[in-house]
Amino acid sequence: MSRVGAETVLNAALAGLLLVAPLTALGLGEPYYANLASRVAILALAGVGLNLALGQGGMISFGHAAFFGIGGYVAGISAQAAFNGAAVVSWPLEVMGSNVMPPIWAAAMLVAGLVAVAIGAISLRTSGVYFIMITLAFAQMIYYFAISWPAYGGEDGLSIYVRNGFPGLDTYDPLSFFLICYGCLMLALAFSWRIMGTRFGAALMCARMNPERLATVGIEPYPVKLTAFVISAMITGLAGALFADLNGFVSPSMLGWHTSGEIMVFVILGGVGRLFGPVAGAALYVLLEHVLGGLTEHWQLLLGLILLGVVLFARGGLVGMVTGSARHG
Amino acid sequence: MAEPVLEVRGLCKSFGALKATDGVSLTLEAGEIHALIGPNGAGKSTLIAQIAGQLAPDAGEIWLGGREITGLSVAGRARRGLGRTFQVSSLALEFSALRNVMLAVQGRRASSFGFLKPVMRDRRLVDPAHEVLARFDLEGRAGVTAAALSHGERRQLELAMAFALEPRVLLLDEPMAGMGAGGTTALTRVLAAMHGSVPMLLIEHDMDAVFALADRISVLAEGRLIFTGPPEAVRVSAVVREVYLGGEG
Repeated sequence: MSRVGAETVLNAALAGLLLVAPLTALGLGEPYYANLASRVAILALAGVGLNLALGQGGMISFGHAAFFGIGGYVAGISAQAAFNGAAVVSWPLEVMGSNVMPPIWAAAMLVAGLVAVAIGAISLRTSGVYFIMITLAFAQMIYYFAISWPAYGGEDGLSIYVRNGFPGLDTYDPLSFFLICYGCLMLALAFSWRIMGTRFGAALMCARMNPERLATVGIEPYPVKLTAFVISAMITGLAGALFADLNGFVSPSMLGWHTSGEIMVFVILGGVGRLFGPVAGAALYVLLEHVLGGLTEHWQLLLGLILLGVVLFARGGLVGMVTGSARHG
Repeated sequence: MAEPVLEVRGLCKSFGALKATDGVSLTLEAGEIHALIGPNGAGKSTLIAQIAGQLAPDAGEIWLGGREITGLSVAGRARRGLGRTFQVSSLALEFSALRNVMLAVQGRRASSFGFLKPVMRDRRLVDPAHEVLARFDLEGRAGVTAAALSHGERRQLELAMAFALEPRVLLLDEPMAGMGAGGTTALTRVLAAMHGSVPMLLIEHDMDAVFALADRISVLAEGRLIFTGPPEAVRVSAVVREVYLGGEG
């Protein structure tokens, strides 16, 4: 029990640190660091999504960039349409563009979720290396589709001229924007934590540990995994929408396999299946990128070494290393 | 005689030129323990895998409780009341013994698409699981992860999970495998206590256990069922002696 306690303390510390850091930075008149914290929160959110599929469900998706990018494009396309006063969809019913975050998030999650139903339904018929490859292939298909679609910027991407708004907040204020991202992250973490304790969570974890056992007690692993895959994609899609607003820009690179790899790195660095693993992973990633990226272009070399170390010597990731337990999930 | 609970009709399965199951028909009647014995390679595991739904037969039918289940998935068959244990224990190793049994209760009694209520506070799952654990002498180990249980305890836990499904039929694939003499005696007692409450198809190499428990014994050799009868008849059957008990008798 003391180990579980240690992880809870660490989680609280990570949540507190992520909140205090930008507040301190703003107090010191350094808004840049608040944006950096927003970046950590958004990337962590994308990782929280993947962690549900990868960590809890054992589905090694190498295609989560698809959902991240779709979330981004939904935000971008909606903002562009709202800016031009045009409809996003004109048939079968007219859907006007919106420049308000909550409806954009709902749309981003809906579209990412629908695409995940299609990708998951096919990919989950396979497992192991084939699952990894097929999710990658689907994501690359969407990537090339985005590149070849001139209406939404093609290879050049799509600019969001005015950051989408949030009722009652000035989203251009770095602190307000950070708090929005942080709030989304905390909600997603609370949701993940809660869901893993339910019947669905129990079935999902068993589907990872031993699908044969799950089937033997009368529970089909496939629909359980598919549902988790879709929820996972929706969370990552939400992160994509926020990421687009953070950068004021959506590019096809959000959909590329590099992005899938990065999201996976957050999860693995932090600790696969650990609730706050993606938070720790994304924070370390952004810190390395910022600190070492200023010194050398080859900062990812060090990232690679750290990743290698974690995979070889600390299977529980950063969270497992600090709490001293190798427990998975 | 009443309709059998489980009926296998003309089951065939080949792997290339090897006929692993060659026209096997057998029944499991209400309340009985029907033991399936045979030398290594006789096709016992292949037969069990087809009944449980892991392997699709080339031909033949499987009926459970008067309904055909040949086309159903493993989970579908389990929901229809087919409980089983594995030759090599198959558990959710990171879960405690209690949570393993709770999973079986969940499979039996509740949808797995519950997204709100924490399972540990769901008395519909926790209470029956505790009862089953107590029945299988595992109550004291409820909080221990399956990975930390001894080999014998894991076998007990598998049996407890199968029992928690409230099955119409139990398939037991070598439950005594790897147990010491003491463990075998204890497990025989557990199974004897369950005798009558649920019909069991028992695959077992331990002949003492088989003769102590079985109402009927079928002998499988080279994929074919060569003999079915009460234990006394098996003991004196010349054909069985020849293929199987010969060395021992």
